[in-house]
Amino acid sequence: MNEILKILETDCRLSPEEIAAMTGRTPKEVKELIADLEEKGIIRRYKAVIDWEKTGDERIFALIDVKVSPERGVGFDAIAEQIYRYPEVHTVYLVSGLHDLRVVVEGKSMKEVAFFVAEKLATVDRVQSTSTHFLLKRYKEDGVFFDIPESDKRLAIVP
Amino acid sequence: MHISSKIKSVPPSGIRKFFDIVSQMKDVVSLGVGEPDFVTPWRIREACIYSLGKGYTTYTSNYGLLELRRLIAADIEKTYGVEYNPENQLLITVGASEAIMLVMHAILEPGDEVIIPEPCFVAYKPCVIFAGGNPVTVCTDHTSGFLPAPEEIEAAVTPRTRAIFLSYPNNPTGAVMPKETLQAIVDIAVKHNLYIISDDIYDKLIYGETHTCIPSLPGAYQRTVYVNGFSKAYAMTGWRIGFAAANPELLEAMMKVHQYMVMCAPIMAQMAAIEAMKNGEQDMQDMVRQYNHRRGLIVKSLNNMGLECTTPKGAFYAFPSIKSTGLSSEEFAEKLLLEEKVAVVPGNSFGDCGEGYVRCAYATSIQNIQIAMERMSRFVKKISS
Repeated sequence: MNEILKILETDCRLSPEEIAAMTGRTPKEVKELIADLEEKGIIRRYKAVIDWEKTGDERIFALIDVKVSPERGVGFDAIAEQIYRYPEVHTVYLVSGLHDLRVVVEGKSMKEVAFFVAEKLATVDRVQSTSTHFLLKRYKEDGVFFDIPESDKRLAIVP
Repeated sequence: MHISSKIKSVPPSGIRKFFDIVSQMKDVVSLGVGEPDFVTPWRIREACIYSLGKGYTTYTSNYGLLELRRLIAADIEKTYGVEYNPENQLLITVGASEAIMLVMHAILEPGDEVIIPEPCFVAYKPCVIFAGGNPVTVCTDHTSGFLPAPEEIEAAVTPRTRAIFLSYPNNPTGAVMPKETLQAIVDIAVKHNLYIISDDIYDKLIYGETHTCIPSLPGAYQRTVYVNGFSKAYAMTGWRIGFAAANPELLEAMMKVHQYMVMCAPIMAQMAAIEAMKNGEQDMQDMVRQYNHRRGLIVKSLNNMGLECTTPKGAFYAFPSIKSTGLSSEEFAEKLLLEEKVAVVPGNSFGDCGEGYVRCAYATSIQNIQIAMERMSRFVKKISS
């Protein structure tokens, strides 16, 4: 099962027939396993890793460290939910260290992101402070190099 | 101009011609590459850069860095339970290729014979010839899983036989020899007092089987030269680091040739190999896992298109029969390349009995395998109709 997940994590466009050949199972087994993984919510979604910068469609991302006071009974979960329900919020992690939540916010301009942080995020009840870091360049994301595609340097025929 | 008859007796590599055609073509998907498509894991490259920065640019001991020899000896003992003294039983060489050449020089008298099952890696026979010996080949085909029967090996023994050369997992067939067969061959070597040379360069690339290390078999240790290297397991082909392990007397003889031929393997590559030994296990296992997936895909696709292909148990090669197409290996490979831009290596490059097969290396991405299989299937359909 983990084998299939690892394969899908690298390339989710492979067909059940191909995954079956790769793992020594039947296509039917693979289909059933994947359906089960989807149903259990282990596979959350299928997506592409995109270098938006190359499309000319500029998207601004900011990493925002948020310090909050946790709430009795629910800890950080309730406040995290209050934050992640905003569509502008791309990712939310609970982290150890000086801050509590790391929030990734997406917007069309720096101004838009900054206003979102000032007006929405910073004013959420129990948020003590925010610290915004605008993302300037992606070098690697989800295991993919963005900067230098590694080319095949081998000779075409080698014994 | 005089060229040694020994050198002249070795025909030029059959692969060369293909290489020349391929290098002038665009958009070729190559299944012809006998090396990992992975770049050497970063931690290994970084260790080399660091050592260069620190100024490690000197000769090493002729035997190689003691730390590297210790790590290798510990790994062989841990993996296979075979003990070699790193002080005098291990020699770091410039690739496993050098180790093979050294053995031949160390053991052969002019005219001595070395028994080599075929198909096999292209360098074995020339190494024997360059050292003054005569290679004696034993043919195998897919009906026996490309494994010679021990009786066939014994039938090739003559009073001039000096050694039996074995290489499993095998390039180009991917065959892995079962322990019982290996033991039977070791018994033949004992009976006729022969050396065994075992090229284990693909030992880590094995799928669902356990590799048998020949010197671990009863009767084998004293007479076996164990050859291995970092190229395939750690994707370190260009670094040229291999090694040989043998009894101290034979290793000393090999070292004598080595010290006057190359002095020592490059220190920066040895430094990288130390990192591979210390911390490369996870990277290696990740690569093996991916080769295994590709293997499943390529073997299935080849059989689906009507090219009979036994499942290779090791290395990263599929060796399908193309006899059903009525073409020779070279015709098949050349037409496939020119018409569908897929490069494979004709089987006869690996010995006469490789005729009727082609070698497809699956050391390439799943995407490349998919494209290559699609094109190849179209090609097979076209020539069969």
